[in-house]
Amino acid sequence: MEIKREVIDPESLRVRGLNSRQLLRGGEVEGPNPSSRLEGSDFERHVEESVLTTTLDKAVAWARSNSFFPATFGLACCAIEMMSIVAARVDVARFGFEAFRASPRQADLLILSGRVSIKMAPIVRRIYDQMLEPKWAISMGACCSSMGVFNNYALVPADKFMPIDVHVPGCPPRPEALMHGVLKLRKMVQEDPDMGWRERYDARGTEEVLAPLGEGSAAVNVAAGDSAGDTAGA
Amino acid sequence: MSSTEQPALSEYRRREQSITLSPLQEQLEEQEQTSEELLTLNFGPHHPATHGVLRLLVTLQGEIVREIKPIIGYVHTGIEKTAEDKSYWKVIPVIERMDYLSYYFNAYAFCGAVETLLEVEVPRRAQYLRVIHMELNRIMSHLVWLGTSALDLGAISMFWYCFREREKILDLFEMSSGQRMHTRYFQVGGVIEDIPSGFAEKLSGFLKDMPSRVDQYGDLLNGNEIVLQRLRGTCPLDAETLLSLGVTGPLLRAAGNPWDLRKADPYCSYEDFQFKIPVGTVGDNYDRYACRLAEMYESVKIVEQALEGLPEGPHITEDRKVALPPRHELATSMEALIHHFKLVTEGFRVPPGEVYFPIESPRGELGCFVRSDGSSKPARVHMRDPSFVNLQSFSHMAKGAYIADLIASLAMLDPVLGGIDR
Repeated sequence: MEIKREVIDPESLRVRGLNSRQLLRGGEVEGPNPSSRLEGSDFERHVEESVLTTTLDKAVAWARSNSFFPATFGLACCAIEMMSIVAARVDVARFGFEAFRASPRQADLLILSGRVSIKMAPIVRRIYDQMLEPKWAISMGACCSSMGVFNNYALVPADKFMPIDVHVPGCPPRPEALMHGVLKLRKMVQEDPDMGWRERYDARGTEEVLAPLGEGSAAVNVAAGDSAGDTAGA
Repeated sequence: MSSTEQPALSEYRRREQSITLSPLQEQLEEQEQTSEELLTLNFGPHHPATHGVLRLLVTLQGEIVREIKPIIGYVHTGIEKTAEDKSYWKVIPVIERMDYLSYYFNAYAFCGAVETLLEVEVPRRAQYLRVIHMELNRIMSHLVWLGTSALDLGAISMFWYCFREREKILDLFEMSSGQRMHTRYFQVGGVIEDIPSGFAEKLSGFLKDMPSRVDQYGDLLNGNEIVLQRLRGTCPLDAETLLSLGVTGPLLRAAGNPWDLRKADPYCSYEDFQFKIPVGTVGDNYDRYACRLAEMYESVKIVEQALEGLPEGPHITEDRKVALPPRHELATSMEALIHHFKLVTEGFRVPPGEVYFPIESPRGELGCFVRSDGSSKPARVHMRDPSFVNLQSFSHMAKGAYIADLIASLAMLDPVLGGIDR
């Protein structure tokens, strides 16, 4: 779209501002022709100057990205630093993310803060599955990104069992680093709302649905009694 | 109409006053008496009040807790096994990450054990620096405990106040070591670096502030009706039962037993400092809370004395077989270069033997057992973690209490799951 630029002198800007306010109130407008309402090109110009147009997707993404509800989910050391982003110094409330939710049903951001052991991994995955779409996940710290300093039999990196949107390095990351990660995610959600993990991982069709699936679908519907599902259940 | 007369009651108020709840209450009491039905409730591992990933199977009769079965292992990290695979000086970072609120204590328990095996003498300045950092760590750990426990009891603003002071302590840690958490400041034979210039001034500023801050916490909570009702008289446990379960730390001291390893078996020159051990009387949740709050004052006193009497001298042992030579010696001395190379590639060798080194962590007796086979890697490292032992007393505490008191006493138990599971 071509942007037209014109210089408006302050006096006429003020008159037009008053006119449009008057118009919104439903009254008569002032000006060279006081009894007339805005018409034709004047009206178009009024709309152009005072109405912001956007797409619904962008508006929704803007709203979502400024009001993440993270799940209250602490695993280990990083959880303490995650708690301090809520505290006064970093104050995540500036960006609207302070509403930590204890239930995954009410949350849309999972911050994996700490080491994920093999015993914990199925539970983490279940909590992630319980969250409603759209949802995002941040892997905080070295342990749940790459098993960190331990790198032994007990741990499993989060990418092995769930999709992660942002990795925050550190052991543990400073609160500022986590904040940076959250803001990266915010930017990602704002600019590219379609970049959900289902698109990135080509995972359409793996939603938990009980309706019969079509031919060639990637998912196997156990509840509908597919042949593969039968063998798996036997 | 005179002003002394009662104002006319509205229709709503009249209806409100006409309702009596006594039949309902009688019904409830009847049910409570007759109900024998038990309900088993799964609590955790993902629950905001468990302070980590503790899982509890709670059997309830109405609102009364009849049985508690803790299930642990959700942050099992295999740290003890990993430690066997690393040379002694590389074990310190992984050991620090066990009980992630008392990292200086973890590091000291391990370093102290290895120093005992090596028979290395730690310089006085290093000992004092260790005391300063450990006591700051104790305050920090109690601050996190106070903030999150008050949050469990419904006092949200305590969280912000406690974390405000915690940030100040972490700034000091960052100043001396470069990291906020898991600083790896303690080294076998001393500390890795002397404190930087400006540290002492900043620390004394903090020490001047801190007692008045703790006063403020006390003002907010001590007379608070909700806090008193939820803590006073709930879930008491006497000192004998606690001792028979092996419980130490503030829980035991709250029951009236003044057992503190800093006094009972002084290490790291704790005998130089004047401080008191706060004890409770009945050992209920309120005493546990009050003990920890009072410990913060005492820790401030210890740090003040250590800072004032900080001796001059080296911050790490001069034994080149154990500690890295200073950087400037590498350019001039061949011997220093060889020592440096040996320490960095292989690490130092420790004579065969085994040792148990107990210290007083914020949660109780933290002991490190190290067994050496003469090589540069430990044959076995084991931690006696106070959270793990203290958790045993939890079902004794909360059995027969209301489920709301279970939350309060779990908060006052202050378990750290990283230490329990390791």
